[in-house]
Amino acid sequence: MSNTKYILGHFEDPDDLMHGIDKLQENNVSIYDVFTPMPIHGIENKLGVKRSRLPIVAFCFGLTGTLTGFSMIYYMLVHDWPMNIGGKPAFAFPDFVPIMFELTVLFCSFGMVGTYFFVNHLFPGRAPRVMDLRATNDRFVVAIDAKANPYPDKIDNILKEAGAVEIKHNERKYVSYE
Amino acid sequence: MGNHNHSHNFTEQYEFSGKPKTWSLIAILVGILAIAFGLLTDHAERTFANLLLMAYYFTCVCAAGAFFLAVQFVAQAGWSAGLLRIPQAFARILPIASIILIVVCAAGLLTHNLYHHWHADGLTDPNHPEYDALIAGKSGYLNVPFFLTRLVFFLASYSIFALMLSRFSSNEDMEGGLNSYKKSIKWSAIFLIVFGFTTPIWSFDVIMSLEAHWFSTMFGWYNFAAMWVSGLCTITLTVILLKKSGYMTWINENHLHDLGKFIFAFSIFWTYVWFAQFLLIWYANMPEETVYFYKRFEPEYLPWFWVNIVVNFVAPILILMTRDSKRQMNTLMFVCIMLLVGHWLDYYMMIMPGTVAEHRGFGIIEIGIAIGFAGLFTFLMLKSLSKRSLVAINHPFLNESVHHHI
Repeated sequence: MSNTKYILGHFEDPDDLMHGIDKLQENNVSIYDVFTPMPIHGIENKLGVKRSRLPIVAFCFGLTGTLTGFSMIYYMLVHDWPMNIGGKPAFAFPDFVPIMFELTVLFCSFGMVGTYFFVNHLFPGRAPRVMDLRATNDRFVVAIDAKANPYPDKIDNILKEAGAVEIKHNERKYVSYE
Repeated sequence: MGNHNHSHNFTEQYEFSGKPKTWSLIAILVGILAIAFGLLTDHAERTFANLLLMAYYFTCVCAAGAFFLAVQFVAQAGWSAGLLRIPQAFARILPIASIILIVVCAAGLLTHNLYHHWHADGLTDPNHPEYDALIAGKSGYLNVPFFLTRLVFFLASYSIFALMLSRFSSNEDMEGGLNSYKKSIKWSAIFLIVFGFTTPIWSFDVIMSLEAHWFSTMFGWYNFAAMWVSGLCTITLTVILLKKSGYMTWINENHLHDLGKFIFAFSIFWTYVWFAQFLLIWYANMPEETVYFYKRFEPEYLPWFWVNIVVNFVAPILILMTRDSKRQMNTLMFVCIMLLVGHWLDYYMMIMPGTVAEHRGFGIIEIGIAIGFAGLFTFLMLKSLSKRSLVAINHPFLNESVHHHI
């Protein structure tokens, strides 16, 4: 039993990569993930990636912002310190709307930035998690979990036949930590 | 052409016959009967208010078709290339819609059924008992010759641009190449400038001047938003109905998704502009501005005032928010029909309180004239659509549109 954790197949071209994914799937090799320097159309469907739940997160952040805005103004202008502004009632809802709207946008955008950092483990002082550095440059990389697919020679052959230019057997998951 | 298009028949033409033709002709007949009914039963002003509403709505939808075309060309959009023939069909009937609107406005002026707030005897004569200082002050702008000149000039220019864009597309079908496309971009850009500066004035004239004491600089954009949303809904509805009849196989849920996003976004934009107008008037509380909302807050109109917001903002934003609902034809069709009815109500709320006020009604005249104009639009649009193939076969981005995927 080798210490290989992940097998990475490098492709030079998106079409070769898609072909490689097809070949791996034909041979029932489960793919852990794919890293590409640019978005590739239709790859989510091919890999069976589930729909992102990001919109739901965005909606929740937005709603939090709306409610925060409303409660804040309500507390200030109606409960804590009612003022006569232009003879309007203290609870002048139309006035609240712009601020509620702005806080919705603010919470939503900041929340999404936070979610992005959280999901990608991008915390200050922490190295980013990258499985192969060239996937951010010029290579299209398929990662295969070697423990789940314990037949490295067969995988190497499939990748080579599909046109992989380089195959790596990594003993660590994230090379960027080294 | 690409390699994956073999299943699509790009030369297919819409065949205008059978049920759509029969029903649209019946609808036109219903409209004529409703107009006759209104005029004969002594409801002339109400009939004219409804004629103005539907003629304006009709012209707006056609103008929105031309605007859609221009936006797609200037943005050099690829996704919409496969459905451009539909807004082109709208644009091609813009001259007819314009003539109807001009005739309705002119007839309303002459018979004193419309615009009598600023067009009546003695309003500008200081010695007359009916003298109105505000109207007299505005009479340099609001007088019949200048009003009609503006209307004719604006609508004629929109029509010319609309026909030009349609012509370029026809030439492209025959000649191919990029020549027509480049010309379309150039003239679309010019059209957008003309359209952007003149549509607010158009709506000031045709709708806002019904209550000539009142004014709002937001009104033009408010009307523009209503026009754009209702135009997008009509385009989407036409696409969906054509697809349901087996045409336009190259349009799939990705294109509907984009149209749905457009409708979703501009419903919010409509609300934004509506609210921007409302909030400032409500907050500043100046009598010459609040008079508009005072009338709409009367018990006669107040429920509809709220229904307007629910139908045109709350409902689309909640229904169309998810990705799936925009990709499902039936949901999208429901929203389109709802918004088209909703914007009828929107125009109703713009026009009726300032014209028939407490004598407003909702009956044979309203429904009949609405059906009549819907029938007229359907008839003319489908007739125009059936004259050419359903896709601009030489559009440079057609292949991109066919493979559009989001």
